[in-house]
Parts: sequence; structure tokens; C-alpha cells
Amino acid sequence: MVEHADIRVVHRGGSKINFRAPVISDDSRLLLCASGECVKVYSTSTEECVHHLRAHTDVVTGVVLRPSNHLQVYSCSMDGTIRLWDFTDAILIKMFHLVAVHLQQSTEQLVEARELSVVISHVSSNPAAIAFGRAGEYLASTKGLQLEVFFLKKQKSNRFSLKEENKKGRKNTFSCVTCHPTDDCIATGHEDGQIRLWRNFSHKKEYTYSTLHWHHTTVGSLCFTPEGTNLLSGGVESVLVQWRYNQDTQRDFLPRLGAAITHVTVSPDGTLFTTTHSDNKITIIRSGAKVSAVIQGLVKGESIETDLLIDPRSKALVMNGKPGHLQFYSLQRDKLMYNLDIVQQEYIYQSDLQQFEVVKAAFNSSGNWLATVEREQKDAELELNLKLWAFDDQTQSFVLNTTISAPHENRITALCFSPATDSQTTTVLVSSSKDGHFKAWQLAAHTEDEGPCWSCDFVGAYHGLVPSCCCFSADGSLLAVSFQEVVTVWSSASWELLTTLSQPPGDIRDLCFGQLSCSKYLLGTSTSNLLLCWNLLTCSLEWSTSMDISLLLADPLSENMAAFSSFSSLLSVFVFKPSEPRPIFSQKAVCSGKVMRAVFAPREEMLESCEESSQWLNRCQLYFLSQHMVNSSAAGSAQPNALIGSHQSLVAMTPFHLLLGKRPSLLQTPAHVLPSTSYLCSMFVRSLLISVTDNRSVTQYSYSTNTHSSAFTGFILHGSQNCPFVVNLFSGAERCLRKL
Amino acid sequence: MASFKPTKIHVYPKLGEKVTQDTLYWKNYKAPIQIKQFGAVSNVAFSPVAPYNFAVTAFTRIHIYGPFSQEPIKSFTRFKDTAYSGRFRSDGQLLVAGCEDSVVRLFDVGGKTALRMFKGHTKAVHLTDFTSDRYQIVTGSDDYSCRLWDIPNATELNTYREHTDYIRCGVTSKLNRDLFITGSYDHTVKLFDVRTDKSVMTMDHEQPVESLLLYPSEGLLVSAGGRFVKVWDLLKQGQPLVSLRNHHKTVTCLCLSKNGERLLSASLDRHVKVYNTTNYKVVHNFDYPASILSLALAPYDESIVVGMTNSVLSIKHKKSPSESKDSTSQQRRRPSYRMFVKGKNYIPKQDDFLVGKQVKEHLAKHDKQLKKFNVSKALDTALESWTRRRKPEVTVAVIKELNRRGTLKNALAGRDEQELSRILNFLIGNLVDARFTLVLVTPAEMILDIYRSIIGQSPVIDRQLLRLHELLERELDYQRELLEVLGMLDTLFASSLPRNAVECSGISSSNGFFLTY
Repeated sequence: MVEHADIRVVHRGGSKINFRAPVISDDSRLLLCASGECVKVYSTSTEECVHHLRAHTDVVTGVVLRPSNHLQVYSCSMDGTIRLWDFTDAILIKMFHLVAVHLQQSTEQLVEARELSVVISHVSSNPAAIAFGRAGEYLASTKGLQLEVFFLKKQKSNRFSLKEENKKGRKNTFSCVTCHPTDDCIATGHEDGQIRLWRNFSHKKEYTYSTLHWHHTTVGSLCFTPEGTNLLSGGVESVLVQWRYNQDTQRDFLPRLGAAITHVTVSPDGTLFTTTHSDNKITIIRSGAKVSAVIQGLVKGESIETDLLIDPRSKALVMNGKPGHLQFYSLQRDKLMYNLDIVQQEYIYQSDLQQFEVVKAAFNSSGNWLATVEREQKDAELELNLKLWAFDDQTQSFVLNTTISAPHENRITALCFSPATDSQTTTVLVSSSKDGHFKAWQLAAHTEDEGPCWSCDFVGAYHGLVPSCCCFSADGSLLAVSFQEVVTVWSSASWELLTTLSQPPGDIRDLCFGQLSCSKYLLGTSTSNLLLCWNLLTCSLEWSTSMDISLLLADPLSENMAAFSSFSSLLSVFVFKPSEPRPIFSQKAVCSGKVMRAVFAPREEMLESCEESSQWLNRCQLYFLSQHMVNSSAAGSAQPNALIGSHQSLVAMTPFHLLLGKRPSLLQTPAHVLPSTSYLCSMFVRSLLISVTDNRSVTQYSYSTNTHSSAFTGFILHGSQNCPFVVNLFSGAERCLRKL
Repeated sequence: MASFKPTKIHVYPKLGEKVTQDTLYWKNYKAPIQIKQFGAVSNVAFSPVAPYNFAVTAFTRIHIYGPFSQEPIKSFTRFKDTAYSGRFRSDGQLLVAGCEDSVVRLFDVGGKTALRMFKGHTKAVHLTDFTSDRYQIVTGSDDYSCRLWDIPNATELNTYREHTDYIRCGVTSKLNRDLFITGSYDHTVKLFDVRTDKSVMTMDHEQPVESLLLYPSEGLLVSAGGRFVKVWDLLKQGQPLVSLRNHHKTVTCLCLSKNGERLLSASLDRHVKVYNTTNYKVVHNFDYPASILSLALAPYDESIVVGMTNSVLSIKHKKSPSESKDSTSQQRRRPSYRMFVKGKNYIPKQDDFLVGKQVKEHLAKHDKQLKKFNVSKALDTALESWTRRRKPEVTVAVIKELNRRGTLKNALAGRDEQELSRILNFLIGNLVDARFTLVLVTPAEMILDIYRSIIGQSPVIDRQLLRLHELLERELDYQRELLEVLGMLDTLFASSLPRNAVECSGISSSNGFFLTY
């Protein structure tokens, strides 16, 4: 048996769950939401993911319950299919192909074309801008400043337009629409925060509307409760407002839900509300305005400023997520473990407000200490706080130990802990800043009554140059700090400048010490597209190569280093040992775009692969994050997940290993207790099939983003008396409809 | 629904002295009792026996005070001129005092007139003391001589003329009846042995010696003179042990606390300093209104008595244990027994569903307003007079929070004269506080922007704005001066550093002198 290794990139979870409004099952026990390429089924009481409905090959753009059977659900996707599922058992029942996407597919695959009709041609791409009215009699659609109501029975439509700005200078643009379930009333949300309730709209001239106003910015979502007694609205303020229907002055609030509300939904029996938030979170609210469960996905902020980190204790991926928070995300379970509140101040939900952001974070090697830097840039003033958190064994979380306000006078460029070689030596934190200094911080006891806290031990500078990155050697005895084109090496025991290394021209961009047997090497990349390797024993350049390296990182568990090079916008990965000139592994065109962040994550259990090119993945997996905010990784076992905002992984994975990996006892157990060979064979063949689909999904990635504009963006299924269901298709581009 | 996160009140480093065990101990005294004397109080001496009365020598009188009464128990007034150095014998029965008229008088504490008069000195006698055998007296005089007298027959036993200047202080050994030490204005301290006719040890203090003190073990001698306090090791032939320079005027008096752990020195610079006798670091400091001439501690540190040049005697008594406890922790009233016990002894069964008590969220007043987005009211509550004066950091934190929310301008606008003057008052009080300057500059600028149009309408506001202006100009001057000093220091340090050190190390030398501005 020869294992043949094949390393590839796969997506690893972390997909959006707030892309579309979730759906709650009739009995209010399950919640379904579109998440990347699959539909996830969550339990509303335990917050756990119960099933993944996987079959779509592209982003799922909508989920809706089948009105005639409350245990079935339809889902639509950008791959041009609509699928019908039994969501309690996660079984695919039926698949419909839509012609508009794949015209090359002939019409014999078209299943039900007879019910198709174009009803409204000019629609918004936002699914919240379309709603069915009472018992499916009419259809309301908004776009820009126009509300269009189409009466399905009469086959005619009424249009109502608003002026762009009213007398008080408010913007009247529609943002969302919903219809009352039992009454002829349409509620519309506007960009200025107003909610209008339209009545008597069957007459073109004699329509009336009343206004509700509480939101101060755009109304994000509107929803009537099933009985129509209440109207729920939410927006950027992250407050869920509950209006009493016909009693305009009465309203209830549920404030501080965490982030801007993008969707509000109500369960069919009216007992549960869910709010979907912009920070990839679904909050489940029981009637009585109590939050009962929170389903939290991986939060993606504006940018990953903290870099990707691995918590040495929980092996979780750590990065900044919600404003002012650090998120701990379990890579194995694709689940957000918890958010650590770093800034610890009330978040004000206002769009143009400057907030404190977590910009740097670092763990020490044992995971006992966490250092974070938060920054607030207000006009010319810069406010910096360096915080040090100690891990508390009792509460199993980090507790604030020291806050250092204004640790530097300018932005902090790098932050690193010295690796503790034994428990005796105290760990040192080094921060380098644009103000031209780097500082070493040390844990010291100041007074008897308080515990130890951190204080500045040393301030270093080199000819007034700006330090850009710093790095400790594996044993913690040396500190390398790069000052533009010069690398300075300091002794961490005495803070003496030992030597300087430089290779002009070009500033140093990345610095990295070799690990284990290669610890005598110091590697760096420079802006003049050079990868440099210095030997610290001779203080001379060992080798250098001309390469545009965008990211360089060392595997903490082996000698290997990974370098990401973005040559002609295609990304290549090189894995090498500093002592050997030949790379162990290289792969070109891993994905498009520049890799901004990457991290080596240790595996839970070591693999035993003998193949030379994949040996480097035995101990850990390589995760990376590309420019399109797609989390990618090298590794493991899982099926590819969603595309938008998902992980990918490079896998050292053979089909045979998949078989054996799932059932490790297969070869150890005696033959007479094993299942029959035919059973095993089919499993083996199936595992081969999966790997094929894996590859396809990766290749389709670029395609799906390109066709984004012309793809279908929403669909609505609705049950009515006459026909079992009507499929209405709306397209962002009219071109598609013409082809229909 | 997350709960409201209260405003973060920044903890600023505490300015001023640190609270140590010593400060707690030495602060544990009541407010001083002040008694006016007839002249400068030159000497205070405690009786070695209970009830520890003390003799206060001031001008021509010696008063004996009891531990509690503010009226003298006894007065010796039969001096022709200024009296000096009234000291008790070790049994507390006899008192000896020198006088400007060169006569040494011995009193019975119970009597009124002098029992003995020792005549022989030719000038004022500033030093009188009993030897440890209780039958002899040592005196030192401005005629450069010190003499030994026998009490029973009032005769002079010996005369030592080794000093070359006034003898102003001295101490006798409590353990050996033959030894005594004198200090003189000729800068020397001499140890005499009665059995020989000359001094056995001489120590050079380098300043006129004002006071001497022997440790209870008598291995160490402390001398005070000029600005210096020096400690000598008598067992090593008078080797100097340590020299302390913590006063900036002449040190006049020395004293030891109850078990010799702390040394106290009083000086003309109006301070009493307390030293730790193991490392000779100043651990506490007392301030007095006038130059101090004499100082004494009651046995067991029950009271500190200080005599000053403005003829005031200040007595500080120690707080009784109950008093000191009352001030630190007020005991909370406990709920009644029935309330306390109710439900406490119930052990929940396995199937019981425990309903936890809802924890009520407690928010500060300003946080309640901030939670409701009432920005003006939040600022009002933060500017309440108690918060404003006692906890300016709370007010500053609220201002900072409002600024972060971008609503500080709204909160400051639309104020009437009274409210505006309150805000201005706060700014005037705290704007130049280095801890708050960065935060408070923003509201000060905003106020000037908002209320520019009404300048000249209210005399109160105008006056306050002028004061603010003055304050800022003065602050600018200070800053300029400080920068000049910094520059000077940098030059000094740069020139004192060795040349090669400057080249290689990247430490900026001025870093230690960065101010918090």
C-alpha cells in the first residue's frame, strides 16, 4: 500500500450565517440559515448545528419553508439550482435547474416552466425589498423611491413614488418592505429611519400612509408577527423595536443586541423572534423580550489587524472580530468559542463614530499571558492602550492584569513575547512603535498588597530609525528588531546591542528566526524583493534569493518556514528549511489575490506520512487568509465549506487515508468482525468521489465571483389556493430575464 | 441583550506619599494640644517612671505636666535667668537643671525650692544629667569645661577641660556609671571615663554638636549638629557608621521610639523626621509651625512632645485603639437573626430547580444618564460638587466618554450662567493637572467656540475666562522653564557619559526625565 499524498487547498468553515434571513421551522425547534454553500440547521434551544444540507456547489442565496409540507424546505443557490430538502433528516428530495444561469444546458432538464411569468421587471437585488401581501393576493416591491404593488388576481400593478427629500431634508429612499398578514397594509422602511404604513393602495390616487419614527438611521429590516398585532423593526442602532399595530405610540425596545440588525424574522407560531446581525450572529429571542440563544459565526471585521494567532492553550484561532473584541474560534469544530472583551466600554452604534479597535495581540508560549493593543484615532489625536491579560484557571478565561495607557507615542508596529525556555525566567514583552523606540516590558511585583504587574524595563532605539518588526530567537536569548533596512540583534538578558545586519537597498518587511536545529538562522524579507537568510554564528549572509515574498512565517513545531509569494497576482506557497536551499514543497496558483495573514496551527494528533513533500504537514496545518477575506488553510478532513468568507485548506490527504482516518480501527481489528468487503469497497469509492467534488469547488470559486452580478439573487415561494406554488424569479440584470 | 458597560474610570497613579506601615503608625495621633510657654522651649524630658510626667524647660521656668492635663502639675520658677536642660533622675524623684547664671540646681519633684545648688561653673550651664548610679551629676558649660558633682555633699568631684568651645549637649551611660559623653561646638564628641582624668574616645562630627543620643544597647551613639545626623559605633572605637542629611537647617534634637526601631530628629527647618534604624531611611515626616528646639517621645510612644522657638509646646497623644478603629471601618448593621438564617439551612434536593436571585444591576448616576443618552444630564451629575471636588477623575472620565461618543459639544451647549461658571470652575481647577490636561483641553476649546458670542454679557463668566487665560499663560511659562532645565540636564548627562557608550547604546538618556506632559 503506497499512500500518495496530494496537497490541496480546501475551504474550512467560518462562513457567513447572516447573509440571508434565517427560517424557523413550524414547531420553533429548528432554525435554518443559508451559510455559504450549505444550509445549516440549528437547534433553537441548544444553539448547536444539527445538520448541514450540502449539495449546492455555490453560495446559497435563499431558504424558505415549503408551505404544503412543514418538514421540507427549498433552497436556492448561485449555481442555478433550487433544491428541496427534508431538513429533519438532511435528505435531498428534489432538484430544479434554472435555465438562466446555464444556458448550455438544454431545455429537457427544465422541470416546470409553465408557471413562469414576469410580473415586475424593475426590482431591487435586496430580498428584503420584495414581500407578498395578505394570502398572496398582491406583491409589494420597492426600489429607490418607488413602491410597486402588483395584484396577482387582477394582474395589474400600482406604483407610488416619493420625493427624494421631504421638507425636513430627510431621505425617503426605501430600504425594506413587509406586508401585514391579515390586513391590507404594507409597511416600508426608509433610509432616514422612518417606517411608513401604507393603506388603501388598491386605488391609485386615494392611498394613505402613516409614519412611525424611532430609528435615527436606515431601517434594516421589518417584520409583522403572524397575527399581525406587532411590527418588529431593527437597524444600525442594534435595538429591536416592537410596535403595536394600530397603537402607534406604544413600543417596546430590546436594546444592546450587539451589532447592527440586518434581518428580523418571526417563527410561524409567533413564539420566537430572531435577529440577524452584521457581526455574523443570529440572536433568538423568546416572546417576553428575553434573549434565549445566540448563534455566533466567525466575525470578520473591516480588516484583520491583529494577524491570525493560535492560542497555545485551546489551539483556537484568535483574531479581532467584533469592534473592541478578540474572538477565539475553534478550527476543529468550526465554532466561535467566545469573544473576549478587550476595550470594555459601551459600544455606541453610530455609523460615523470612531471606535477603539484591537490592533495587535500576542500570546506568550504557554498561553498564560495575552497582550493586546487597542487604538482610537480621533482627528490628530491617537489614543493607545496596551493591556496585559493573565489566564485565570478558575474562570478559564483571561483576566485583565495591567493597562498601560499611551505605551508609545505613535502606532505600534509589532508586539511579541519572548519564548519562555523554563519557568524560572520571566517572560518579556517587546513592542516596537513608529515613534522610533522599542520597549521591553517585564512582569514585576511593585507592592505587597497588589499582585505583580507589568512595567517598562528597557527603551531601545537605533539612530532614530523607525522599527518595523521584532522577533525573539527560539531560546529567547536574542531579540532581532528591524529598523528600516538594518536588522539589529540585541541580547535579551542585558539589552546590549550585539550586532547589526543589513542588506540594502530595501527595508526589512518580515523577520523570523529559525526553529529547532535551524535556530542559528535569521530570515528576513525586504521590500526590494529579496528573501535573506543570515547565519548568526558568523554574522554574515548565508544565502539570499530574489522573490517577492508577501508573508514569511515559521512553523513553531518544526524547522520549516512557509513563504507566500504573489507573483503576477497568483499566489504561490513555498515551504523550505533555512538550512537547505531547495524548497520542500512549492505550489503555484494556490488562489488568486495576495495572502495577507497566515498561521501554522498544530494538529490535534500527528499524522504519519512518509511522503517527502507532505511531511511538513504532519504536525500542523497551514491556514491562510487571502485578500478577498477568504480564510484558507492547509489541512485536514473536512468537506469544503462555503465560499464567501470561508476557510480553505491545503490537504495532505489521500482518499485511502480518508477511509482509514474515519475508521482508524479498521486495520487493527480482526477480519472476522469487520463488515463485508463489498460494504467497505463502496465506502472507499464514495470517498474517492468526494475528493473529486472538492477539487471542482475550488475551481469554481473565481467563476462564481465573476458571475455574481448576473446571478440570481433571490426567490420567493409562496403557497396559495389556486396553484401549489408560484415561482417568481427576480434578477439583478434584465439580460437574464430576456433570455428567459 | 448585553448589559450596559459602565464608564471606565481611569485609575491614575497616586500622587504624594505612599501609605506604609510607618505612615499608618505615625498618623495614628490625635490633633496636637498646644500650650503657650513663657519663652522658647529649650528642653523636654520625660520622667522614667509612671505616670510619665514630663518636664518642660522654657525661659526661666520648668513646668511639669502630667500625661493628660493641660495645666502644669508643678512649676519650678526660682531661676534667676534662663533655665536649661531640666532632666529627671532614673527613679523620677529628683530633677536637675542648669541655668544661664552658671548655677546648677537640684530639685525634689515633690518640693518647691532647690535641694542643692552646685556652683563652680563660670558660664551658662546647658548640660546637666545624672549618672546611672544616681548619686552623681554631670554638667557641661559654656566655659568649655564639664564637671562631675557628688549629690549628697554637693562637692565637685572632677573637672574636664578638654573641649575648646561651648559644651551644649551630653548623655550619660545607663549601663555603666563611669561613662558619659559630651558634645561641643568645637565639632567633637568626647567619651569620658570617670576613673581616668581624660577622655577615652574622641569623634569628629565636623559641625557644632547640638544633641547626643545613646542607643539602649549603648553600642551606637547618634550625634546631631549642623544639618547632619551621624551614627557612631562605640564598640569599634568611635567609627562613623552613617551620616544622614535629611534636614536643611540645623538639627536640634534627637529621640528614639519605644524599642529603638525608629530614630526621630527635630530641626530648625520645622520638620521632625523618622528614620528606620536598620537602613536609616526616612520613613515618615512631621511638619510643625515653627522651628523646633526640643522633642521627646513618651515611653511606648504614647505622646510626642515638641517645643518650638515661638514658645509653643505641642503635645500629640496617641489615639486609643477604639478610636482608631472607628475612623477606619464603620461596622455595618447586620440583619436580624431570623432574616439571616431563613432559608440558609435548606438543602436543595436533586430534582429541585434552583431559581437564582436576580442580580440587580447597579449603575452610577452618570452612567444611568449615559445609558439613556441624556448627555447634558450626565455631565450635570458628573459635575455635582461632591464628585467635582473629591473625585475629579470621575468627572474627567465622563467628559472623555462624552467626547468619545461625539456628543460633548451638545452636552456643553445651552448652559445658563450658573451652569457654565460651574464647568469653568472645574476647568480652572483641573486643566493644568497633568493627569487631566489631555482630556480637558477639548471641552475648554469647545466652550470657547460655543460661548464666544456671549463674552462680555456676564461679569462672572468674563472673570473666570480671564482667570483661565492667566492660568494657561503661567502654565506655559512653567513648561518653558521645565524644558530649559531638561535641556540643561541632557547636556550634563551627555557630557558625563563616556564616549563609546554614546555610540553603541541606543538608550536615549533623557528618557528618565520625561515628564508626564
